[in-house]
Amino acid sequence: MSLLAIQVTTIGLHHYLVLGAFLFVCGLMTILLKRNAIGILMGVELVLNAANVNLVAFNYFSYAGTNGAPALNGQIFAVFVIVLAAAEAAVALAIFLNFYNNFTTIDVERASNLKG
Amino acid sequence: MNLISNFLAADVPTFSLQQLIQDQLGLSRGPVLTMVYGVFLCAAVFLPAVSLVAMFSIWWERKVAGHMQSRLGPNRVGPIGLLQSLADGAKLILKEDLIPTSADHFLYRLAPYLAFAPAFAVFLALPFGPSFCFEPMLNVGVFWILAMLSVEVMGVILAGWASNNKWSIYGAMREACQMVSYEIPLGISILVAVMAAGTLNMVELGHMQGGGIHTWLIYKNPFVFAAFFVFFVASLASNKRAPFDLPESESELVAGFHTEYSGLRFSFFFFAEYAAMFVVGGIQAALFLGGWNDPFGIIGYFNHHLNASYAADPGLNTAIPVLILNCVAAGIFVSKAMGIVFVQMWIRWTVPRPRIDQVLYACVKVLLPMSMILLLCGAIWQLVVPDHGGIPWVDYQPWDFVAWANVGLASLITQVVLALVGITAFSAVVGWVLYSAATGRGHKMRLTDPTDINEGTENLVKA
Amino acid sequence: MDAINSITNAHAEAVLFYLFGGMAALSALLLVLSRNIVRTAVCLLFTLMGVAGLYFLLHAEFLAAVQLVVYAGGTLILIIFGVMLTSKSPFSKFEPKPGEVAVALTVGMVLFGALVLALHSFPFPAASPDVQGKYPLVGLGQALLGDYLIPFEIASVLLLVVMIGAAYLAKGRRHEAEDMKHTTPASKTMRQWS
Repeated sequence: MSLLAIQVTTIGLHHYLVLGAFLFVCGLMTILLKRNAIGILMGVELVLNAANVNLVAFNYFSYAGTNGAPALNGQIFAVFVIVLAAAEAAVALAIFLNFYNNFTTIDVERASNLKG
Repeated sequence: MNLISNFLAADVPTFSLQQLIQDQLGLSRGPVLTMVYGVFLCAAVFLPAVSLVAMFSIWWERKVAGHMQSRLGPNRVGPIGLLQSLADGAKLILKEDLIPTSADHFLYRLAPYLAFAPAFAVFLALPFGPSFCFEPMLNVGVFWILAMLSVEVMGVILAGWASNNKWSIYGAMREACQMVSYEIPLGISILVAVMAAGTLNMVELGHMQGGGIHTWLIYKNPFVFAAFFVFFVASLASNKRAPFDLPESESELVAGFHTEYSGLRFSFFFFAEYAAMFVVGGIQAALFLGGWNDPFGIIGYFNHHLNASYAADPGLNTAIPVLILNCVAAGIFVSKAMGIVFVQMWIRWTVPRPRIDQVLYACVKVLLPMSMILLLCGAIWQLVVPDHGGIPWVDYQPWDFVAWANVGLASLITQVVLALVGITAFSAVVGWVLYSAATGRGHKMRLTDPTDINEGTENLVKA
Repeated sequence: MDAINSITNAHAEAVLFYLFGGMAALSALLLVLSRNIVRTAVCLLFTLMGVAGLYFLLHAEFLAAVQLVVYAGGTLILIIFGVMLTSKSPFSKFEPKPGEVAVALTVGMVLFGALVLALHSFPFPAASPDVQGKYPLVGLGQALLGDYLIPFEIASVLLLVVMIGAAYLAKGRRHEAEDMKHTTPASKTMRQWS
């Protein structure tokens, strides 16, 4: 009963931005730590999601436009990011499949043919 | 040039069941809070309802299968075998919970819930009545349904993968291919109907079809008519329903992706399949077949007037007629959805199963071009043919054909003609079924039926 | 009853934010730490669903549905297919070297610290404006076909190019059966690299 008496801070822009930063950093660490190429792709998707969260949070909190026609720029930006992320994932997977067909492994450490 | 009219301009005063409950209980208001209470209310209502629907569908399927194969189906447990599903459920619960040793335990346990949760979440968006829907009245109701049908694929893939079993993985890959491919014609045929309607809001769609059978969206233009059949076929594939039930083809893959599942986990998949059947039937009913409306527009008419009287004098007295109307509307919606479920069952036990490459051929080379052409032609129709927009009984009188002809003669003629075609086809099918049931014409005598030994041989089965 | 009546909108919003945000953040963390690539993909699914829930909270319902349809129901299925087609055994693992782990951890923590510090030192508007969830879909459609028509068309051309490119790249070589016919090494190599 007393739990509900706690004054809850209104969820503001800061909360969403910190969450976005955390997702971004997790994605970055995935890209750095994974040796499986598809794992790296998943890290990239995480980074893009973090950026999207930022965009949509800014769209909701920074008010620009009238009440009849609120600003939609952030959401449209995010829609395009999602579309392009899907396209890029498709091409990346096609490249990885080709790599796997040639080298029978998906380990990026083995992709060192052009070294030296 | 006639641009898509803004149907949201018509402000229909609405009675909201959830707001009534919230006010009676003294709960505070607020957008997020409304959403949360709505979710709890829907979950409390739909969890038993979905289980009931699934149990009834399972019994009905076995009865339909039996009668189509000239046998009786379950008839021991309960009056006409109605309690058979309960007996099946008890059996499944009492089975031993086996997890294969080399299976991925966490994913194996997670997969049934991932398959069931989206099928259950779709019920949130289905419009059971003008006021019997999720309060925020998702502005993107149709799209939410598409989203949930897409997430369902993950559960099936994980089930196949986590079982660590060749047959399961084959079933899972086939299923993923099939479901993902058929999502495209599914989505595009939904788009054709949404374009003709101009809104993604399921409640608006229901209001728009409230003027009688000729205002139903399927009769709006011939392209939506064709899109209904494209959607029906694509929904069969999306549900892994015969003739597209390769993922669970018993004769080929043991049981496909749920080979290793038994007992309660298997029943989750089973429930998910039957819930999805109802959901897909519900989408077709809501989008194409008039939703909660009857063929004469009575519900639309009374809905408008009863809501106006409630808005003028809110309180329990004026709320009761609205509630009764909504219950009738919900009954009509459920019966339409179950009719489509029946057609799905009918097709399952009639049509043989094609190969996976034939299934994908049908998707990519037949349904996809067809749906694209329908989309293009539907868009051109919207631009070229003038039509009044709005909600029947509020913005225009749906049975006043003279006024309608003045606004747009082409659309009136199209809708009336298509409605007559639809009524004729439906009555023909129903009439044929009733006729053959009455005269016994379409039904060969079973060898076990008793015949009078003194009668001639004219009643026996001809070779 | 009194306790339930005192639940306000702010409470509900906070609970939902921490629920969805927590799901997304926890899944992201598990994604970094997990060794099995299929579990990583499942963690990505939960992250995407958590982010979709956040979009619902931010009243971007269309975007949430797009996220679920395209990301969770499309891109993730593609990734899972890629995982299944390229794994030799269901549970193959790749271990990063300890030096790499140390570097990655340092970079991650420094970056996160810097970002959070930068965010807290800037006076962003704290409260949401009066536009209470009224992002009509009509506005989105009109913007996509109005102000943002050129990016829309470019995106469609890009998707066509990507479709053709990915289909060509993933086609693979189907010359293995014909290789057996050629006996000299030169012609075999010619066949392989054509």
